[in-house]
Amino acid sequence: MNATFKIWRGDANSGGFREYATEISEGMVVLDAIHQIQATQATDLACRWNCKAGKCGSCSAEVNGMPRLMCMTRMSDLPLERPITVEPMKAFPVVKDLISDVSWNFRVKKRIKQFKPRPPDAPDGTWRMAQEDIDRVQEFRKCIECFLCQDVCHVLRDHHMHDRFIGPRFLIYAAALEMHPLDTEDRIPELREAHGIGYCNITKCCTKVCPENIEITDNGIIPLKERVVDEFYDPLGWLWKMGTKKSQTGPK
Amino acid sequence: MPDYETFQHDVLVIGAGGAGLRAAIEASAFGVSVGLICKSLLGKAHTVMAEGGIAAALANVDDRDNWKVHFADTMRGGQYVNNWRMAELHAREAPARVRELEAWGAVFDRTKDGRILQRNFGGHKYPRLAHVGDRTGLEMIRTLQDHGVHQGIDVHMERTVLELLKQNGRVVGAFGYDRERGRFLVYRAKAVVLATGGIGRAYKITSNSWEYTGDGHSLAYRAGAELIDMEFVQFHPTGMVWPPSVRGILVTEGVRGEGGILTNNQGRRFMFDDIPENYRAQTADNEEEGWRYCQGDKDARRPPELLTRDHIARCIVREIKAGRGSPHGGVFLDIAWIKKRMSNAEDYIKRKLPSMYHQFKQLADIDITQEPMEVGPTTHYVMGGIRVDADTQMSRIPGLFAAGECAAGINGANRLGGNSLSDLLVFGKRAGEFAADFAKKNPVAEIDSGQIEEMARHALEPFERGGGENPYAVQHDLQETMQDNVGIVRTENEMISALEKLESFRARTGRVGVNGNREFNPGWHTALDLENLLTVSEAITRAAIERKESRGAQFREDFPDKDPKFGNANTIVWRGEDGGMKVRLDAIPEMPVELRQIIEENP
Repeated sequence: MNATFKIWRGDANSGGFREYATEISEGMVVLDAIHQIQATQATDLACRWNCKAGKCGSCSAEVNGMPRLMCMTRMSDLPLERPITVEPMKAFPVVKDLISDVSWNFRVKKRIKQFKPRPPDAPDGTWRMAQEDIDRVQEFRKCIECFLCQDVCHVLRDHHMHDRFIGPRFLIYAAALEMHPLDTEDRIPELREAHGIGYCNITKCCTKVCPENIEITDNGIIPLKERVVDEFYDPLGWLWKMGTKKSQTGPK
Repeated sequence: MPDYETFQHDVLVIGAGGAGLRAAIEASAFGVSVGLICKSLLGKAHTVMAEGGIAAALANVDDRDNWKVHFADTMRGGQYVNNWRMAELHAREAPARVRELEAWGAVFDRTKDGRILQRNFGGHKYPRLAHVGDRTGLEMIRTLQDHGVHQGIDVHMERTVLELLKQNGRVVGAFGYDRERGRFLVYRAKAVVLATGGIGRAYKITSNSWEYTGDGHSLAYRAGAELIDMEFVQFHPTGMVWPPSVRGILVTEGVRGEGGILTNNQGRRFMFDDIPENYRAQTADNEEEGWRYCQGDKDARRPPELLTRDHIARCIVREIKAGRGSPHGGVFLDIAWIKKRMSNAEDYIKRKLPSMYHQFKQLADIDITQEPMEVGPTTHYVMGGIRVDADTQMSRIPGLFAAGECAAGINGANRLGGNSLSDLLVFGKRAGEFAADFAKKNPVAEIDSGQIEEMARHALEPFERGGGENPYAVQHDLQETMQDNVGIVRTENEMISALEKLESFRARTGRVGVNGNREFNPGWHTALDLENLLTVSEAITRAAIERKESRGAQFREDFPDKDPKFGNANTIVWRGEDGGMKVRLDAIPEMPVELRQIIEENP
């Protein structure tokens, strides 16, 4: 069976869709088709990939307008009667063909205060943590940094507020640190200011596209927003906190 | 004349997986400036795909474990051709390297008393693998990456190194290009650490990504370093086999660690049929005992599904060849069966093996909590690599260090699962430390600009041959040849014919042409990687011909038994004065009495 693809070809200056036909075999994913086209028809067609198993988050693109990992998108799940469009993520500048410039994400991450553990619990320098206290953090740490959540976030995609808002990926990164049972750092003030958590109006688009099924909004962003509110807008809570330390565990 | 940009670092680390990141972190902790080159984006290196866990004798789950048992297990798994000093350092230092990850923010699964949980794995006597479900590699690389970016390391993403630069016998930098623009780059450095991983792309069926083209192996070889043990290529017994497009994708050994069993099309657990002599005392002889082991019964011995990878891969090939395979040319791996033994099996499987569940559900329409998987061997890892000093990780070329998969010694003829992630940490750290030390004692050297221009011209040649050979076609044919002629079962005749074919691929590589321009051009990148693939393919084949016996990952149909003559030797490959590849056997230095005793005390 044959399928037709409309693949975006071009660079930062110009570009457009070009059509390719290629044969489809059982079990194929979009990335296989792209590789087939690359090997036989367009050797300079640029795309990123590594693991081909949904573990590295390299092959992010928009397939028929939906942000997807190409390696986890089965051809059998797509309607083949019309051309399948494949284009680069739109929330970032395009480099070439299916490759976008995601370097902004790496710069953002560097701005978030790093992990700072409490002193070890045991004389041998180790810590004790209960599994149920880390389940939530482990959920967030499943993130493969495919940046599809960033791509679909309208604050970044439509409003281009990259300089004021860190996006769902890094709210989840901050949440994983904030809810880490050993961490002693406080990132709440900067989440409110420099990281712009207030710009998120919880439309949950990010949660919908997450290939790791992380409950980005419900389990990460909303609890973080609550902490911001508790710290800055809750006078009773503020008085209470004067006498206590920073809360260490995530919401159950 | 081609243009190039110049960078300068005290220590240049090439490769940003576990070993490269750990080396960069260590070197920068010693106060030198560090550059880190990634072939892909940061955090996407092969380490991210590691699943099962990090082997370290923490003794959190079984207090009988200690570094000595780990050392003995590693040597037995490697059939005693390992570098015993590396195996010792690895076993001694792995626990500290794992604890360090926790101090940097890693969140491992926990025991009931809140310590790092450890799981069973092939060839390890006790539950030894610190893990996070079946995504341990992701946890490890992310922890190192997130820690590393705050250490002042200069990260150079999506860049490929084409050649090492030498001056007066010492390595003084590297030459390469950036993928985005195709610009040439010169890195001046006082010391260079290679941490480029493996060679899996030399084979058709592999769990490895496009990056794994033996770059570090070839760079070191061309710079004059020696490669050892190249015949030992690990074929992981359980890769996916169906549908065709996912063939080779890894199915973690953790499935078997959690109680998964291997069966043939007659429903027989065939691993009970052939338990090697040197593992008989440690292996269960009935299904009941095997299950009790997986449930933590300390009196039980481990099931034969947890024998070493080399042996299991061969048993699977035997079943398939005898017509007892699964419909798509594999065998069955069944974890769903544990439902018979535990009430909450479905949840348990999803919790302990979430990405396996996800992977099969999404790519093969298989629910692993309900039905068996089909699996078969896939090229996974190379035990062989750059010969280094065990303590410092320096090659025989001053200033050139190597760590992780591209270095060799610790694994001998077969690597135990879980020993790779710990290897990356232990020897990544050591390489970083000694490279920093070397950098402090040696000046920056001048770079020969004539040499650079020559390299740049050579790299651009494929553009001048627009209608030439398709680089993907050459790569494909090379992969097919290595798969068919230098795979799991080898014979002299087939390997000699492989050498002839490699010669013809070399000629075709000289005629490869690419279209388009230098900006992010995968055809060009593939063309430039071909030379490295040819080098490692030839090294594997020549070393495999030289070792006229079967041991560990090397199985010779024409020499099916172990031969004591080779039991005390490593194969060495190097580039001769005439530019041709040379191979010889070197005797392994005698093991100290204390280490020998440890092996004897752990039968």
